[in-house]
Amino acid sequence: MLASLVGFLGDFDLAEEAAQEAFAIAAHRWPRDGTPSNPGAWLTITARNRALDRLRRDRTLAEKTRLLDVPEVVEDEMEERTLPDERLELIFTCCHPSLGLESQVALTLRALGGLTTEEIARAFLVPEETMKRRLSRAKRKIRDAGIPFSVPAEHLLPERLAAVLAVVYLIFNEGYGGRVDLAAEALRLGAALAELMPDEPEVHGLVALMLLDDARRDARFASGELVLLADQDRSRWDAAKIARGREALDRAFALRGQGAYVVQAAIASLHMEEPRDWQEIAGLYGELVRMTGSAVVELNRAIAVAEVDGAEAGLALVDRLDLGGYQYFHSTRADLLRRLGRTDEARAEYERALELARTEPERRFLQRRVAEVSA
Amino acid sequence: MKYLLQIYSAVLREEFERLPTDEQEAIVGEYMSIRKSPGVIGGEQLQPVETATTVRVRNGETLLTDGPFVDAKEHLGGYLLVEADDLDAALEVAARIPAARMGGAVEVRPLIER
Repeated sequence: MLASLVGFLGDFDLAEEAAQEAFAIAAHRWPRDGTPSNPGAWLTITARNRALDRLRRDRTLAEKTRLLDVPEVVEDEMEERTLPDERLELIFTCCHPSLGLESQVALTLRALGGLTTEEIARAFLVPEETMKRRLSRAKRKIRDAGIPFSVPAEHLLPERLAAVLAVVYLIFNEGYGGRVDLAAEALRLGAALAELMPDEPEVHGLVALMLLDDARRDARFASGELVLLADQDRSRWDAAKIARGREALDRAFALRGQGAYVVQAAIASLHMEEPRDWQEIAGLYGELVRMTGSAVVELNRAIAVAEVDGAEAGLALVDRLDLGGYQYFHSTRADLLRRLGRTDEARAEYERALELARTEPERRFLQRRVAEVSA
Repeated sequence: MKYLLQIYSAVLREEFERLPTDEQEAIVGEYMSIRKSPGVIGGEQLQPVETATTVRVRNGETLLTDGPFVDAKEHLGGYLLVEADDLDAALEVAARIPAARMGGAVEVRPLIER
């Protein structure tokens, strides 16, 4: 509803206010007159009419708007009207790269996820006032800088879509760290994108990646303790999500997808097979390294290589990386050293990782490892 | 909407003049063609930054200093005024400006329209 209002009015604040007014009118009228047969359309059209009223009252604004000659829809016609779905335009506006990443995330959650400012503030651990300012600054920029409310032109689409997917994945990862509501929100956004852009393989790739990761959520912890994938109780994996994830991945493949999300989803899918095909996993990580040039991805490739060619080979790759101070670099090194029987070095690395660990379950997990190599 | 494209160059005039003539001509040609493209309604190139004088008035007294207001490696070398449907259209013009790829940058600012 908000998407269609922003599209129609070209102004975020006006759209939000109008939506709130429409809900207030509905709360008053529906119990009295009965719920309309198409409540969504009723709300949107009522909100539009409210907004038009407001524009007419406010002359300076009215002079600037192209809306004055739009006829008001009378309530009787409301039921038959089908409203265009403008969520896609809205998400491209919210994720426009001329807005800061934090603003993109907050706006997307506000406008498409329908989260309140307070909920978003809580999710990102900032004061509500800060989030309120961030949102209103962003909305002002959309209006004053003329950020378009449209799906970008063909030649801009790849990079703009990448920005949208990055925002959705960032929201998902915030949720993966424990805030389940955000992960669910990201899954909903992903599903909506897949529905709106059915021919984009990377969209399906991201959806697959999120579903496959999310399917393992419950199994990642047993009585509050972190459990590594190899030790997870597979009966606690969500079979329905895995199936949907693999379906999305197949669709991405069918569209000849080979972007970073598709490859990551393919890796996630391989990780969930038993036994794991480490050769194939190492190969896909190699592809991902070529695409992203990321040292963290190379670290993951080293883990797979260690499974194929032994811990020595894995360690040789790890030691080439400049990732000192990165927790998983130290814990990976520690694991490989432990497997090679170099326990003193392994303990020092586990202790270094322990210093860097941010969550309690991770800390306890690493403490157990330190105890094991010290025994 | 109207946008001001402030062109910040990282190349000093002497450096530019040391480029081979055909390269210099190609770059100048690019600027000319952008200046003539649809939607570009104004634009000028500025004299080098050494010619700048900065003016302040404090307690009724006019204070003059030699040089630009902001002393940075990149300096304002010129501007374009663009009339565009939306920010994306203005950003596309900005991305074609040679300074943007030659170590400099283009700052795109919407104008207040009354």
